[in-house]
Amino acid sequence: MNSPSLARSSFVKAVAAIVQKDLAAEYRSRELLSSMMVFALLVIFIFNYALNLEPSVRAKVTAGVLWVTFVFAGTIGLNRSMAVEKDRGCLDGLLLAPVDRTAIFFGKVISTLIFMLLVEVIMLPFYGLFYNVNLFNPGLLLVMLLGSIGYVVVGTLLSSMAVQTRTRDILLPIILFPIIIPILLSALDASNGFLNHLEFDLIQPALGLLVALDVIFTAVSFMVFDYVVEE
Amino acid sequence: MIEVRKLVKRFGLKTVLRGLDFDVQPGEFVALLGPNGAGKTTFLRILSSLARPSLGEVKIAGYRLPGQAAAVRARLGVVSHMPLLYADLTAEENLRFYARLYGLQNPEPRIAEVLEMVGLEGRRKDLVRTYSRGMQQRLAIGRAVLHDPDVMLFDEPYTGLDQDASTMLDIVLKSVASQGRTVVMTSHDLARAEDLATRFDVLSHGVITASTSREGLGSSNVLTFYKQSLDA
Amino acid sequence: MQPKPKALLALDAVSFILLGISTYLALVYAPTEAIMGDVQRVFYFHVATAWVGMLGFVAAGVTGIVYLRTQNLKWDIVEIAAVEISLVFFFITIVLGSIWARPVWNTWWTWDPRLTTAAITELIYIAYFMLRQGIEDPDRRARFGAVYTLVGAVSVPITFMAIRLFRTIHPVVIGTQSAAAQGGFAMTGGMKVAFFFALFAFTVIFIDLFWNRIRMGNLAAKVEQLRLKLSQ
Repeated sequence: MNSPSLARSSFVKAVAAIVQKDLAAEYRSRELLSSMMVFALLVIFIFNYALNLEPSVRAKVTAGVLWVTFVFAGTIGLNRSMAVEKDRGCLDGLLLAPVDRTAIFFGKVISTLIFMLLVEVIMLPFYGLFYNVNLFNPGLLLVMLLGSIGYVVVGTLLSSMAVQTRTRDILLPIILFPIIIPILLSALDASNGFLNHLEFDLIQPALGLLVALDVIFTAVSFMVFDYVVEE
Repeated sequence: MIEVRKLVKRFGLKTVLRGLDFDVQPGEFVALLGPNGAGKTTFLRILSSLARPSLGEVKIAGYRLPGQAAAVRARLGVVSHMPLLYADLTAEENLRFYARLYGLQNPEPRIAEVLEMVGLEGRRKDLVRTYSRGMQQRLAIGRAVLHDPDVMLFDEPYTGLDQDASTMLDIVLKSVASQGRTVVMTSHDLARAEDLATRFDVLSHGVITASTSREGLGSSNVLTFYKQSLDA
Repeated sequence: MQPKPKALLALDAVSFILLGISTYLALVYAPTEAIMGDVQRVFYFHVATAWVGMLGFVAAGVTGIVYLRTQNLKWDIVEIAAVEISLVFFFITIVLGSIWARPVWNTWWTWDPRLTTAAITELIYIAYFMLRQGIEDPDRRARFGAVYTLVGAVSVPITFMAIRLFRTIHPVVIGTQSAAAQGGFAMTGGMKVAFFFALFAFTVIFIDLFWNRIRMGNLAAKVEQLRLKLSQ
């Protein structure tokens, strides 16, 4: 029989393989995106009535409504993305391959991030449509990107722990939300700044903290992910 | 091919493996027998680099675990009672994904070859979701041999399979083993183990308590050997 | 069962005496604050318990790292001890803070950065115990616990910073008076004595409780070990 030549897959190749695999599976089933999307819409509708989003109120709470929507929809995405790996033992399949564990981590982070950003970008025009505002603001988009990176990095680390427990998906929001509060606070502050057209000097501290948080949490996750998946 | 010395595995305070010694020569097919909770699955998880030994030495194909895990993983194929496949991908896509993880160059002919070997070439473009349990298990074996490993580990591969599916699986396992690979398999099904293996080891209370080759069985069968070794 | 070490017994006694003296200093010795009146006396224990909560928080984070490095379960016992003490003392801090806030600012709760951070830390601790509860394997439980305390130890200080930095977007219930919450009243000589003595006394109490709790954890582990031995 012909023996396929074995080469140690490089880090980037493995990450790309995992991302592509997740995208292909999602393209088929569309389970993850559709549930995130419907959930996000429902959250906005609930907020509409809970907060009575008339124009005077809205100016103050738009950033808050958006971020709560993203965070809630994000937990669905994170849970689902990890459950796929756990359900048929696929996580073991990944761990059995001669690839770096952190490549698995970054692969999952990138694919979940793509789903999350897709949902966010689709939610913006919906919000704009409902309330007749234009939210396409490059600054806001930047904040959404930075905030989502931190959120998904921490979320992927914690959801890979949560799926290995008895309580599974119930557990994720409980262990995730208190940890991401600084990300949420700085994302909210920066979003508010951009939405209210404040001067960049006033937004900069929040934006800086957000970048710092992304770097810090990525570094921490990078260091501890091995402990989360290995016995 | 596999060398295990004084392997100890503890889960917290509970000791599952107690100084286990185990050797497998290249080309041997070892059936690992033992009662539930004897530590078979734990042992196989250690051999497959998914769990770390608490104490002791494990060497596979000359590489130490857990230190040289990546080198071991590249030479190892594992089949468990979980299929390790993605339901929303086709058979072909599943194999293509794993081929990339294993860094296979020019994977397409190998994927076709493997699909043919496990008898799924006709359904290569179907989602794994639509497969029966037996077909999933055959594809799981295809996944495990994809990178042409020297050592294969089977953990209860017959779990949840009906008679027909088990017979199909037998054929596939035989062809996998006949290619000069070293195999360790755990199974409850003594008859199937007897059919496949060249050596039978009994794992009980965390150590290997008895071992015999197929020839060593003589006129006796595996069932009597197994019962005797547990009574002893 | 080994008896309680003499040094620990002595420390227990010292802790009680120090607590007594500290109570006297806070309630009797220290002069009454001019504006807030007697309720301000809660301040001495409020800060001292927060200090113990912080000690526990730092100890938990550090032991988390040590556990991941050594994978030795005894550090897991230390970590739980630290988390439990910190959980209880932050709770006392929050309750005392409310008692202080009610008459002074006419509200039980203020969104002051320190108070809010303490409350978030409590939520992280509760999440920590819920995470641990869902895991059977003691090693994995310890590993996940350590990872979580580590992530928490990174997050909490930044949360404090972030709340401080962006508190404009938070409802400031108490307005300008919040300056007082930041330690805005002047401490006289007698107050300083009571304050620093409370800090000292509670540090000793922290060490005493920490030691006792670790000893208890070790004994519990021993009981578990004996129980396993019996069942085998």
